[in-house]
Amino acid sequence: MNAKASEQPVADEMPAEAPTRKRPSAWVRFWRNYALAIVFLIAMLVIWQLWIKIFDVPKYLFASPTGIVTSLQKDWSRYLAPNLWPTVSEVVVGFAISVVAGVGLAIVLHLFTPLRRAVYPLLIGSQTIPIVVLAPILVILLGYGLLPKVVIVALICFFPIVVNGLDGLRLVDDDFIRMMRTLDATRWSIFRKVEFPGALPSIFSGMRVAATFAAIGAVFGEWAGSSQGLGYLIQASTPNLQTARIFAAILLLTLIAMALFGLVSLLERVFCPWVSRGGAL
Amino acid sequence: MGEQLVGVQSGGSGSVGTGVGIAFDQVGKAFGDVVALDGVTFEIERHSRIGIVGPSGGGKSTLLQLTAGLLEQDAGSINVEGETTTQGRLSRCAMMPQRDLLLPWRTALDNATIAIENRGLSKKDARAKTRPFFEHFGLAKFEDVRPDALSGGMRQRVSFLRTLMAEKDILLLDEPFGALDSITRGQMQEWLLRALGDVPRTVLLVTHDVDEALLLSRTVVVMSARPGRVVTVLDADLRTEGLSRREIVTSPEFIELKESALEAIE
Repeated sequence: MNAKASEQPVADEMPAEAPTRKRPSAWVRFWRNYALAIVFLIAMLVIWQLWIKIFDVPKYLFASPTGIVTSLQKDWSRYLAPNLWPTVSEVVVGFAISVVAGVGLAIVLHLFTPLRRAVYPLLIGSQTIPIVVLAPILVILLGYGLLPKVVIVALICFFPIVVNGLDGLRLVDDDFIRMMRTLDATRWSIFRKVEFPGALPSIFSGMRVAATFAAIGAVFGEWAGSSQGLGYLIQASTPNLQTARIFAAILLLTLIAMALFGLVSLLERVFCPWVSRGGAL
Repeated sequence: MGEQLVGVQSGGSGSVGTGVGIAFDQVGKAFGDVVALDGVTFEIERHSRIGIVGPSGGGKSTLLQLTAGLLEQDAGSINVEGETTTQGRLSRCAMMPQRDLLLPWRTALDNATIAIENRGLSKKDARAKTRPFFEHFGLAKFEDVRPDALSGGMRQRVSFLRTLMAEKDILLLDEPFGALDSITRGQMQEWLLRALGDVPRTVLLVTHDVDEALLLSRTVVVMSARPGRVVTVLDADLRTEGLSRREIVTSPEFIELKESALEAIE
């Protein structure tokens, strides 16, 4: 190549987007994304509170937003806090196991086609078994402790991760794979350099779906037999008509799921910086 | 700068005319009932540049994929520097696709290093070996930028550099600038013409743009629409040294060649 070709700057060869474009500050972005949701939430709470007030709904029948806040303060140290930690650990441990097992299985099934043909239909079939009915069986098998709950959370989270992972690995553009083959890539380097990174956004989608299921799994597990956890607290508070306490426990379960969801989204941003999401959580 | 580029070339010795590079003999390929190629026969001298033009859907890209060993022909034989199996062909050819196919999760530099990384070079060594070329390719300061921040022309140059770094003797260019606007395409053609000038490789360029084929190659093979057959072979050995793209494409010889090519396509 001679000097002329390389040294002439070409007019329209500026990058489509400068690498260091200034982004609006975090607060501005947060407000832009969630302002409407926050306004809507506040409106719903006000309507709820007014409804209870105007129709004079008895406390044991339905809790009001202020009743829930009062319960959060009053019941925190005695009921809510001691039962929060067991549920959080069930959710976190179960979810972590399902991520490792789910991504691992997706990779193995993707790399060994005959195995995928053998296992995948059974995997889909297994999803028609309601997890709720498995919970008591697991309690019989594994006892009253943490283990059966962790297993149920893992089972419930496992499926969306495997399915999304497999789809992500399978739907990588064939042209990328052809390109890699002309560049001396082995099966392993095609997997490592193209298929796995290409499937990551899809794996994270599966994890986000799983994150919303995890708390449900923990509650099922606790209902089947336990002496602690938020699911247990809900069950124990029902005969006593402690409605506000039940609602407070539900709120905490929701917060656990949202925190897990947020954590997954954060990890996705760290591990898939090339994916631009329009600010969606 | 010339020496730098020569550093990328494969072990092959020297100049044009060192034997047969690629030989197609009665090559046929069908996809189901659709015959893409039929009785394609021609030879390419080692280290020469061949352009293949023809209407779209004429099996041109199929011919490249067959050459690269990504597909197996149904009839006839393909000899790529003595290699006739798909695996053997794959080891001799590097292909630059129409879409740049840069991996969005790798920086420009790490995209260009893929081929040598695949051959077992450490990431660090691969980067050190590739980095100097960025300046020659007009990509200086964009080494660590991800592809989505590069313009179409820059992405295509990274893609070309990636193909070149594979150090294969044969470069297969499949409509390399087909996705670019016409002004950028003209600039890229001029750039590629000079970039190829110092790199002794066998180049097989597929395009539907007659100008591009005449400009970038020494011999132009005109193919028919489906089923793809060789209609004619034109000698396009124009004088290009020291001339700009504009001067070449407006010269009387160029116009004359273009006319005969277009006539053959019709």
